[in-house]
Amino acid sequence: MAASGTGHGTTGHLATVRGQTLDRGSTFPRLLLDNAARHGARPAYRHKDRGIWQTWTWAELVPIVRAYAAGLARLGLRRGDTCAIIGANRPRLYWTITAVQMLGGIPVPVYADSAADELAYVLAHADIRFAVAQDQEQVDKILSVAARLPVLEEVLYDEERGLRGYDHTHLHSLDRVIEDGSAALRSDPALNPWLDDQIAQGGPDDTCVILYTSGTTGRSKGVRFATGRAIRAGRDSVAFDRLTERDEVLAYLPLAWVGDHYLSYVQGMLAGFCIACPESQDTVRENLREIGPTYYFSSPRVFEAFLTDITVRMEDAGALKRWLYRTFIDIARHHGEAILDGRPVPFRARALYTLGERLVYGPLKNMLGFSRVRVAYTAGEAVGPDLFSFYRSIGMNLKQFYGQTEAFIVVTAQPDGEIRSDTVGRVMPNVDLRIAEDGEIQVRTPGQFTGYLKDPDRTAEALTADGFLRTGDAGFVDASQHLHIIDRARDVGRLTTGTLLAPKYIENKLKFYPNIREAVVFGHQRDMVTCFLNIDLTAVGNWAERNGVTYASYQELAMHDRVYDLLAGHVARVNRDLATEPAMAGAQIRRFLILPKELDADDGEITRTSKVRRGFIADRYDTLVTALYGGEREIDFTTEVTFEDGRRGAVAARIKIRDVAAAELVA
Amino acid sequence: MTVDVLLAVENVSLRFGSVTAINNVSFDIRRGEIRAIIGPNGAGKTSMLNVINGFYQPREGRITFRGQTRSRMRPALAARQGIARTFQNVALFRGMSTLDNLMTGRTVHMRRGFGWQLLRHGPAMAEEIEHRRKVEEIIDFLEIEAIRRVPAGRLPYGLQKRVELGRALAMEPELLLLDEPMAGMNREEKEDMCRFILDVNQQFGTTIALIEHDMGVVMDLSHRVVVLDYGRKIADGTPDEVRRDQAVIDAYLGVAR
Repeated sequence: MAASGTGHGTTGHLATVRGQTLDRGSTFPRLLLDNAARHGARPAYRHKDRGIWQTWTWAELVPIVRAYAAGLARLGLRRGDTCAIIGANRPRLYWTITAVQMLGGIPVPVYADSAADELAYVLAHADIRFAVAQDQEQVDKILSVAARLPVLEEVLYDEERGLRGYDHTHLHSLDRVIEDGSAALRSDPALNPWLDDQIAQGGPDDTCVILYTSGTTGRSKGVRFATGRAIRAGRDSVAFDRLTERDEVLAYLPLAWVGDHYLSYVQGMLAGFCIACPESQDTVRENLREIGPTYYFSSPRVFEAFLTDITVRMEDAGALKRWLYRTFIDIARHHGEAILDGRPVPFRARALYTLGERLVYGPLKNMLGFSRVRVAYTAGEAVGPDLFSFYRSIGMNLKQFYGQTEAFIVVTAQPDGEIRSDTVGRVMPNVDLRIAEDGEIQVRTPGQFTGYLKDPDRTAEALTADGFLRTGDAGFVDASQHLHIIDRARDVGRLTTGTLLAPKYIENKLKFYPNIREAVVFGHQRDMVTCFLNIDLTAVGNWAERNGVTYASYQELAMHDRVYDLLAGHVARVNRDLATEPAMAGAQIRRFLILPKELDADDGEITRTSKVRRGFIADRYDTLVTALYGGEREIDFTTEVTFEDGRRGAVAARIKIRDVAAAELVA
Repeated sequence: MTVDVLLAVENVSLRFGSVTAINNVSFDIRRGEIRAIIGPNGAGKTSMLNVINGFYQPREGRITFRGQTRSRMRPALAARQGIARTFQNVALFRGMSTLDNLMTGRTVHMRRGFGWQLLRHGPAMAEEIEHRRKVEEIIDFLEIEAIRRVPAGRLPYGLQKRVELGRALAMEPELLLLDEPMAGMNREEKEDMCRFILDVNQQFGTTIALIEHDMGVVMDLSHRVVVLDYGRKIADGTPDEVRRDQAVIDAYLGVAR
């Protein structure tokens, strides 16, 4: 690296900092020095470059970041200045965060894929004076909107390709800034103490980062976080999963996303673990296999994609392999989770599981890059129980947490040994959580944001009068002190009996049955819960074939009495499930019908991203809803459909309505 | 003013039996420039490239490369002297990975004999590592990290073209001949390829001669353009000059009667 050998050993810096009797590890630059002092030879960052993994240890990192900070200071970056960081997960972009923090500046990571217009908004809103871009693409984007950014002064870039011919009056190569800083630290005796003083001036109330929300609703908001709070929140979660400098992550989620900032940067600094940066966005899966992280996060969708991939590949495998896979996955399904949780398992099962680990689970985990995973998390949406237990049964410690940007992520998390697919875990230490009258989850967290930048109105809206954060999610805490997320708070309704109704919560439970494609639950301001169901043609068609049910069309299959029986069984199971939760027991499904047509985005019934548009459906199928609540057993119904080629036609059917018994509350 | 001419073609003619593919053509390629050769179908563009890299022997005329006038040229010799090319129809080793395809581009620079390479030890190993480093730089440059291990035959067409460019670059040529580098590409792939060609020219200082049908691409990329029609040179100059040239307009649009 360019800046090795500034002539200052790590311990030297620490001594200087200690000399001023500072709290160790109370700011991110001090955490860097701490890590270098505690385990300087451990890897801090890795990056696959030119096909080879390059590694920087904590001790090697200190002089680089110091030189970088000195270089930035010489370009004019001062305490309180904001510095935008735009690009993929590259070590030097993470180092930019630390270097800026070292000078008391505020890093502002920006989504690399934001359009020029969005970028201009964020850069102008945050009064960006300095911008660090990954490559030509990002530099071009910044330069194209530079006219709208009156306070922007200097632009730095990491990768030089294509930029050689550009006007370099206010454009700088990151390498050269580090070199310049390194040379200045050597030649100017006053600069080192000055930099130490800058580090010493950092305090818990400094804004350590501003992260912009992705802005799906309205203009994105700049969420401000304070150093002291961020570190407190990080410490709690690092202790929760006992993360140490021996852990390793692959940083592949957007740098500007609060999740990456927390899981990679903040936890990495606190635990001292190694952050590996992939070669490119396209090589993430390959790099995952090479690195074998011990701590891993991904969305349920990604885990689902992996599983689908495995399933498809197994279908194509030879007969022996398929038999092995099926046999041992079956053993894992029965005993795997118990073994993972340390519960008692019969000797024979344990022996077979050990054999399975050798033959199937081990190679499978290796193929996915999960061989070394000690803790894996998923969050963000509901996870199907089958998906969740698949990974757990093959010995991967997959858990769920619940978090919010403004809370600085983790609100609840599942402790080892208390893992269920339908909860998001226990309230984290130092977090206050309460459920408001309308079912909304409200929290006060150690890492809580200090407000939206330049937006006191929306800051006030996000908080209650006594300083709790309104999460906008509805949920309840069960007897085992685990939190269940049931829906967005604004979608939660109430039956006339006063029971809380969370339509999505019930719909998700129904949709976990492969035979049910879609479900639409009603009941707000009604005396009971009812629902529409859509069959899944593939799954139910398969079942029909095996059970001798003949049919000529989707409609005929959907209207079949035995299909009604089949789905009534699923609904009864969901009711039994709901009955186990006192908060939900009153909201069991009492009547349902199966729609004769599939809900379709072309008809406006679901969104393009497959979300049910409940209000629209209630209007369109008004007569059916009335019938559900009117006590009829059958109703004639005609509706218009749009075919794939755009033609319109009508579907007419006699639709049956089934009653379902409520299950007894299980105490 | 002295102009640094890398390659000069003087009065070259090429005949196949009674067909005259190239008829008394002269032009030069200057060091560091992007030179386009354009013309309607059958104008003799590919034949011209084939003459330059020694695949065809011209019946008449002289070719001077780096100040050396040659009497006979063979493709292997051209490669060793620093001329690399890509083909109109992709010509990769389909069963070999991207990485191996690029490594074949390094053959011209390999010093150790076959025996040493079989041993895979000592000097041969050191040399291999050096070649691999060079190839990895090109992989990084062309952003093809994700397909490093994928057999070339399984790649989509646009990527195959990119790999072929990579293999030519692996030779570290002084002169790069590109035969319709954007043929059959969609708009996005074309834009990417344009950027790579410009970057190769600027970053490595490689002189480039290219044949291309997309006029927009030619006019944007090249410093100078030579226009062939029925084997004869009908114009030579900057893109602007060529665009306004009446003979060129006639050749492309047909002469109004």
